[in-house]
Amino acid sequence: MTETLPNFSLSPVGAEREQNAYSFPSGKQTLICFVKEDCPTTRTSIPLLQQAQDIFGENIDVIALAQNGEDDLVLVQEYGLTIPFLDDSTLNTSYAYEIDTVPSVFLATHDGNVTQQFIGFGRDDWKELFQSLANQHDVTLPEIDWASFPDLLPGCGSKSMEPGIFERLKAEAEGSPLRGRRVEIGVNDDIHEFLYEQGLTDGLPVIPPTPERVIRMLEGTTRNAQEIVAIVPPNLAPVTIEKIAVNSVMAGCRPEYLPVVITAVEAVCTDQFGMHGVGATTMGATPVIVVNGPIRHEIGMNMGLQALGPGNRANAAIGRALKLVLRNVGGQRPGETERTTMGSPLKFTMCFAEWEEISPWEPLHVERGFDKNDSVLTVFAMTGLGQVIDQTSRTARSVVGSVGLKAEGLHHPKYHNYPDALFALCPEHVATIARDSWSKDQVRDRIQEVTSRPVRELLSSDDVTVGIDPKTLEGAPEEELNRLVPKFERKANIHIVVAGSQAGKFSAIFEGFSNRVGLDSTVTSRKIEK
Amino acid sequence: MVQASKPAVIIDPTDEREPIKRNLAKRPEHISGTLGLLDISKPRGDKFIDRLEQLINEQMPAVTVKRYMKPTVSKPAPHDLRQQIMNECNFVIEAVAD
Repeated sequence: MTETLPNFSLSPVGAEREQNAYSFPSGKQTLICFVKEDCPTTRTSIPLLQQAQDIFGENIDVIALAQNGEDDLVLVQEYGLTIPFLDDSTLNTSYAYEIDTVPSVFLATHDGNVTQQFIGFGRDDWKELFQSLANQHDVTLPEIDWASFPDLLPGCGSKSMEPGIFERLKAEAEGSPLRGRRVEIGVNDDIHEFLYEQGLTDGLPVIPPTPERVIRMLEGTTRNAQEIVAIVPPNLAPVTIEKIAVNSVMAGCRPEYLPVVITAVEAVCTDQFGMHGVGATTMGATPVIVVNGPIRHEIGMNMGLQALGPGNRANAAIGRALKLVLRNVGGQRPGETERTTMGSPLKFTMCFAEWEEISPWEPLHVERGFDKNDSVLTVFAMTGLGQVIDQTSRTARSVVGSVGLKAEGLHHPKYHNYPDALFALCPEHVATIARDSWSKDQVRDRIQEVTSRPVRELLSSDDVTVGIDPKTLEGAPEEELNRLVPKFERKANIHIVVAGSQAGKFSAIFEGFSNRVGLDSTVTSRKIEK
Repeated sequence: MVQASKPAVIIDPTDEREPIKRNLAKRPEHISGTLGLLDISKPRGDKFIDRLEQLINEQMPAVTVKRYMKPTVSKPAPHDLRQQIMNECNFVIEAVAD
């Protein structure tokens, strides 16, 4: 099998651009060696490369490709070399040749097919090379002091593989996975100020999404960078994996978070979640992401102390990346289609993991029909966050009663038939509930029980005009006015997860939005695929 | 990683429906070569350009001045005209006021 080496055209080191460029294949058999002066193995090899030139120079081209450019000319002086040093300090040719070790030696036919190649230094490799060239060109080999060379020497890492450089080369190479518009920032501009001025941040600084960083981010997924993942409201803009990666870089994500961000984008950009309304409402809703399954540990998410933030990179950056995608790709910007009266710190970022291991119950994703070993995220459209303080309850009935009473005030105490709320119960409260062996369903029942009020208490009045219009109940029988109405429309609207520190009796309740089926927002779960 | 001497490059995080606002090109310290004066066909723009040409000829005798005119004020300069100005000039001044 013959392998054709990539073509290249390189100028000698130090020459004016494009001047006297050497083009491969040249029409002659060619011996190519990638070198860099700061590699001892290069120094061991280079006298033999020169000997190849001295012996076979009339029959073949012998060239060195210098990864350090001008800096490699010290080799020419030190070893009195006459072989041309071609400038590959851009490393584009090293990248095209997939060089990971220097020196890398290739012998190619006149039309560019490789016939011999080796890396590092091997005395036998060079001997074989010289012998085969001697046979091909009918040349008698002069005496070479092979004994003065070591048997084997490992090579050095190629400059083209250094972190940062490799990603740049990949981004610049033909066939780069990046297709997004490149924006050049003036040399006199401050990159961070530029990003602010362009309206690309949420008000906090972002990490500039350089091609190198975006390439590195894309390592986090096996999906094609140009795959369209979703149509993002409000502008109904198609979003690719690449664009999600760009915004994930900006938000501060590590590559391993990317599958979670992609899944979050997919989950909120569904009809059932209704991201347009969630983002646009004056009420101030925003996606709250709960992550379940093994990925919580794999990417180091926080589910314990201060799970709701701040402090953990994965929690903070994943939630923020989703918001930046909505802002930058979907065009959901404050004052434009995002028009919340008060705004909310949740709108910067809100993502956390459930502490499944400390919970006595099935985790959220299992309740919602997934396998325990699946990694799943669930998005809730939520408008606020409050805290239940109960340091004295010693029974499930009492502590859940407290949680329920706190929930009664969600939006407004007179507002019943409430939509979804998310309860993040702390481990100490959960331990109290677990001592009485209560199921999640018993918790929900107790919340409904403790928040139930007779219809007559939910009527609006001159003092409190919020509530049921009494006119709608004129002439209603007494039992209708005494009928008990729980806070939540259905028990299923009470979503429960376990999170937080093991010290402290403070649970959290996320206040909901509106979930009229097909009209507003339905809680949405989605499996995270890598 | 980003060197001060090289412009930084980022990948556009938006859906690319709007152009990224361009930065002004770096201003040269000296003017030499050919300077184009583009009259956009706004009334009295020629008066401004005439005066400008006069001042340039007086103060920068080494600079060659060339005059151009857009066919109409209401449309962008035709491609050929822009190409011609790019090929023939090192600098261009456009009169936009009337």
